[in-house]
Order: sequence, then structure tokens, then C-alpha cells
Amino acid sequence: MATAALAHAPAHKHHTSTGLDSTKIAIWAFIGSECFFFASLISTYLIYKGRSLVGPFPHEAWTNPATGEVMKPILNIPVTSFSAFVLLMSSLTMVLAHSAVLRGDRKFSKIWLLSTAALGATFLGMQAFEFTSFVHEGLTISTNLFGSTFFVLTGFHGAHVAAGVLWLVTLFFIDNKRGLGPRDAINVDVCALYWHFVDVVWIAIFALVYLIK
Amino acid sequence: MEHHAQLDADHQTHVDWKTYRWVALVLLVFTIVEVWLYYLPSFAQSRWFVPTILIIGVIKFAIVVMFYMHLKYDFKLFRALFVGPLTVAIAILISLLFLFGKLSIHAAG
Repeated sequence: MATAALAHAPAHKHHTSTGLDSTKIAIWAFIGSECFFFASLISTYLIYKGRSLVGPFPHEAWTNPATGEVMKPILNIPVTSFSAFVLLMSSLTMVLAHSAVLRGDRKFSKIWLLSTAALGATFLGMQAFEFTSFVHEGLTISTNLFGSTFFVLTGFHGAHVAAGVLWLVTLFFIDNKRGLGPRDAINVDVCALYWHFVDVVWIAIFALVYLIK
Repeated sequence: MEHHAQLDADHQTHVDWKTYRWVALVLLVFTIVEVWLYYLPSFAQSRWFVPTILIIGVIKFAIVVMFYMHLKYDFKLFRALFVGPLTVAIAILISLLFLFGKLSIHAAG
């Protein structure tokens, strides 16, 4: 009984001057700082866009100096569009997971948490496929300015997705072990905010890097 | 904490499954439109392509932030913590694009 009570005890019961939970204030402040981080990477990408001296290029055909063969633009829009769709759907499953935790619905909280982690892992798999195919086509981080800025920007985003997947899997195991109830909703909410932020960053990257020529 | 959880729950019960479903659908439609425009050669080469893609991107961004991140219903402090840095970050980004010649203003005459 005591163990069960401890398991469901609030993680940190304290008074704050704002009346708001410190964890949530902290995650919003962190997300605010992440805006600067990704804005710096995006601006670096945009500044160096079109300044690569050698191919491959993102949206233009290029001639391979070794073979003389004319190569297609390197970005694979259909694959990336599907990745964007996967990440958007993961935001839906995330809000459903949070909603299930608020209701105390253990069955669906587990289903939606695991679905979100699976969609995140799918996104990472597709990014790994994209990176691998780029390397096979001759684009690495040191090939040209496009390669350097592209891999750094999308790589850091992928690292954020990977951290989010780990966070979601951890929440799933906690839910599986002792159950997440309405009192734990704040912990899932914080994870959800991070996850949605990763999604909105991808919305920006998808438009600015992949679609705009 | 319980008080905080209650405050959060009060703020987040404004959004229900129906809203989430509509938001997902709208996001999906906007993404399809973005990709469709990319593959329309006449439009993709016109001067309207970039502004249209940017506007759709901004709408998608705002929808996720307002409904999925609950900023539309949440406390003003959270809104300030996000919108403040985001505004400064975008201003810096645009300033850098001007500084490095990626954007320019052509004076008439």
C-alpha cells in the first residue's frame, strides 16, 4: 500500500511564485532557447545556399567530374514528404497519449505512447536511408557547402527526434510498470511539448530546405 | 503539484479528440498542397511559389503550436516564453539574410 502510494506520489510538490509548475516553465524556456539554436542552423543553411562550387546540388542537375555523367538534383522530395507526414501523424498520437494519461486510460496511453515512439523511429529510419543514399551519390558533410550545412541542420534535428523517441520509450516503460495517471500528466505534457516542437522545426526545415528552390 | 496538474488540466480540456482530428486533417491537406505546388512546373517557377510555401509553412507551424502545444489555451507566461525568443530568432535570421546579401530591398527610381 505504502509502495503504491509512493509510486503515485507527486514527483515534486512545491509552491511557486507564479502558481505554475516549474517543470513546465523550464520546458518552455528550453524550447525558447531551441528556437535560437535552430534559427542559427537554418540561417547558416540559407546564407550558404547556392554557393557550393561543386555538386551534388539540392535542386539543380550537376555533372559528375569523375564520370562526366549528368546527375539529377539530390533531394528526394517524395521520401521526405512521407517523412513529414509521419512526423505530423506522430504529433496527433502524442496528443492522444497525453489525453489518455489525463483520463487515466492506461490501455490507450500505452498504445499512443508506443505509436508515437514507433512513428519517430520510422522518421529516423527514413532519415538514415536519405543520408545513406546521399553518401552513395557522393554528398558527404565535407563535399561542399550544401553538404556541410544540410547534414548539420538535419542531423541535429534527427538527434532531437532520437532523444524524443528515447523519452517516449521511457514513459512507455514507466506506464507499463506502474501506470501513468492524471497526476503524471505534467510529465507526459512536458515530453509532448518537446515532441511537438521537434515537429514544428521539421515543418520549417521541410519548407525552407526541401521545397523552396 | 496536484494544484498545478489541475490548473493544466483545466487549461487543456478545451481541446477534444474532434479538434485533434481536424487539426491533423488540416495539417495533412496543407502538406499535400505544398508538395503538389512543388510539382507544378508553371507555379514552382513563378514569383508566387516562395511566398505561398512560406505562408503554408507558417500556418502549419501556428496550428501545431496553438492546438497541439495548447498555447492558444495556456497561460500567458508560456506564450511569452515561446513567442518572445521565436520573434527575436526570426528577426536575427532575417537580419543575417540581409547582411549576407540573400535578401535585398530595391528602392524605386
